[in-house]
Amino acid sequence: MTLPPRRQWSANLTSAFARVPSPQGVELPPYRRSELVLLVAAGILTTAALSALTLAHDGHLTYHIATYALGFYVLWGFVHLAMRRFAPAADPLLMPLCAALNGLGLVMIYRLDLARSDAAKQAGRAIPPSAAHTQIVWTALSVIVFALVLALVRNHSTLARYTFTAGLAGLVFLCLPALPGIGATINGARLWLRVGPFSFQPSEISKILLAIFFAGYLRTFGALMSAHVVTKARRRSTGNAAAALTGAIRRLRPGAHGPGEPAAPADVTDSSGTYTGVISRVWSKGPRFYVPAILTWVAGLGVLVIERDLGSSLLFFGMFLVVLYVASERARFVVVGLGLFIAAALAAYHLFSHVQVRVDIWLHAFDGTNPSNKSYQLVQGLYGFAAGGITGTGLGRGHPNKVPFANTDFIMASLGEELGLTGVMAILMMYLLIVVRGMRVALTAPDPFGKLLATALAATLGIQVFVQVGGVMRLIPLTGVTLPFVSYGGSSLVANAAIIALLLRISDTVRRRQAEAQEVLEVEPDQVANVQTEIVRRVEVPETQETHEPAE
Amino acid sequence: MDPTQPNELVLLLVKIGYLTLLWAFVLLAVRAVRADVLGPTRRQARRGAGAPVGRGPTPRGPARPRVAQPRAGIQVPSALNAPNAYPPSKLVVTKGPLAGTVIPLTGEPITIGRAPDSTLVLDDDFASGRHARLVPHDGRWFVEDLNSTNGTFLEHTKVTTPMPVSLGAPVRIGKTVLEFRR
Repeated sequence: MTLPPRRQWSANLTSAFARVPSPQGVELPPYRRSELVLLVAAGILTTAALSALTLAHDGHLTYHIATYALGFYVLWGFVHLAMRRFAPAADPLLMPLCAALNGLGLVMIYRLDLARSDAAKQAGRAIPPSAAHTQIVWTALSVIVFALVLALVRNHSTLARYTFTAGLAGLVFLCLPALPGIGATINGARLWLRVGPFSFQPSEISKILLAIFFAGYLRTFGALMSAHVVTKARRRSTGNAAAALTGAIRRLRPGAHGPGEPAAPADVTDSSGTYTGVISRVWSKGPRFYVPAILTWVAGLGVLVIERDLGSSLLFFGMFLVVLYVASERARFVVVGLGLFIAAALAAYHLFSHVQVRVDIWLHAFDGTNPSNKSYQLVQGLYGFAAGGITGTGLGRGHPNKVPFANTDFIMASLGEELGLTGVMAILMMYLLIVVRGMRVALTAPDPFGKLLATALAATLGIQVFVQVGGVMRLIPLTGVTLPFVSYGGSSLVANAAIIALLLRISDTVRRRQAEAQEVLEVEPDQVANVQTEIVRRVEVPETQETHEPAE
Repeated sequence: MDPTQPNELVLLLVKIGYLTLLWAFVLLAVRAVRADVLGPTRRQARRGAGAPVGRGPTPRGPARPRVAQPRAGIQVPSALNAPNAYPPSKLVVTKGPLAGTVIPLTGEPITIGRAPDSTLVLDDDFASGRHARLVPHDGRWFVEDLNSTNGTFLEHTKVTTPMPVSLGAPVRIGKTVLEFRR
């Protein structure tokens, strides 16, 4: 019997970089090769954007472009090397996509700088400080954070140990701006920390911390739910609930059985038939299990009310719902959660004037004096999109600087004006790909914590893009979140780099494990197939009944 | 207005060129994902004809699974001493990308998974490399989960220990559903 040929990993893009060695002696798939190719393409994309901008603005190309391109490759090349070192089997798509988005954002921020300095020159004012330079510094910092996360978190499971610490820290970070003294209100939302000259948005950090917390916390919840499913399935097949109840949940509150169920023998009470059963089971696990959920809910509302941060609370709530759905596999929780959210939103609308203003800006953008007053920003952004049309005005040829905060909240309107619908679709596709790759990491992760964490992180990015772009495009009320990787803003850039690094860490763990399992199994492929199945005990089943009971 | 401003046509070409480049990048990225979702392209499959590409048996269309040849020298349980009077003669894939595939039963264990040397090679994100196997024992077939990530289900019940599979009972692995037929 000859052994089958060793499994060959298919090269996705090209074999140009095939002979780059990988560490640890494990033959790893050429993910890094694909990544490098995509990264080079991202660099070309950024350089081309800068060239097009310079050509439109100055009328000729200068060697400065080459300097910037070199800078791009040095920064992201560093990330690539860090990944080769620390996460050689991680997903090849996530990092180049982020690099491309970041490059595109940088070019757009630079373009808005140019517009501002031109306006200042014409008016004879001093040229304002460049936002693009600050953003480059932040990009460098986020690249370092990226490498640090990959280097320090060598196994994502260790994060599960800090579930409750992360939850507490996340809530503290979330609430810090509300404190007088260090908290600062910028642009109408109190979500900044100001220490000396630096201002920082702690909610971006708590995004990651809360993702770890939700994943770790709901992991246990998921186990409770699946126990509930198994019991239900077994009861259906045997008709004897009490006898079939096994496994994780044994210590149940006496007397907590669902309606219509016969009270089972004293020590084993089955309450799994109803959702109240699940809730009472969570309750019975002690305060450790329900206090965090209540605290999260209260904090979410607190953020909404005190810090006036509609975007963050929407983001955290959405993340919680997604993770809850994935952990429990119950659509009902999502429906109930959405219902609660709508109720809370309606209550907020009636109670708080700033929410009413937001809704008025959104629903009545073109009514009365709104277009030149409250809705000015939104309406200018919409005119920007309209001016862009299908193919846009071309980089450097529109007037995106007419929109206030064009380089943070409204950068999508600037991109829409200059790149048009075609460009915006491409950018949204990039985000979609990032989220899809993140979900794929979740799909392949073997441990519940990794699954939930990857889901939470990918969902956060997706929801943030939806909330941001939806707000700018007047689909939902405008909120103050940033567009990941593109918007001007240091905290957001650093936090999103950390999110991608965590996703890559999980992906690396998963794929490396798969590759090693492959390696081990490849030696004796027939052994698995030919080992005699061992049946410990046969269960006598009546011939008439369907024989699908497990042999126990 | 600006005398240094380049030709309108040049700028139009630059604009269109840039958008093309943007989408080329997106498509390049999609192409890298493609192999995960749809299996290798025809070219990749042809290239891997000598050494099998692990992703799946054929790139598209009615996929033909590689069915293991019966091996000599292994005792085949005879139908005569089996407790089941009507032993199944074939395994049929009823749902999933390989639907319609029939595997004749030889008395050999059938391994199912993404690994290229499985009897039934699945191309499914939900399937593990070695996902499950079907083993004959005393004339009955048992399904056994090989510690797969996403589980094997026999009629909505998760397979944790080897379970006997009756005729027509659906065995679900990821998107694929199998059943024994006479």
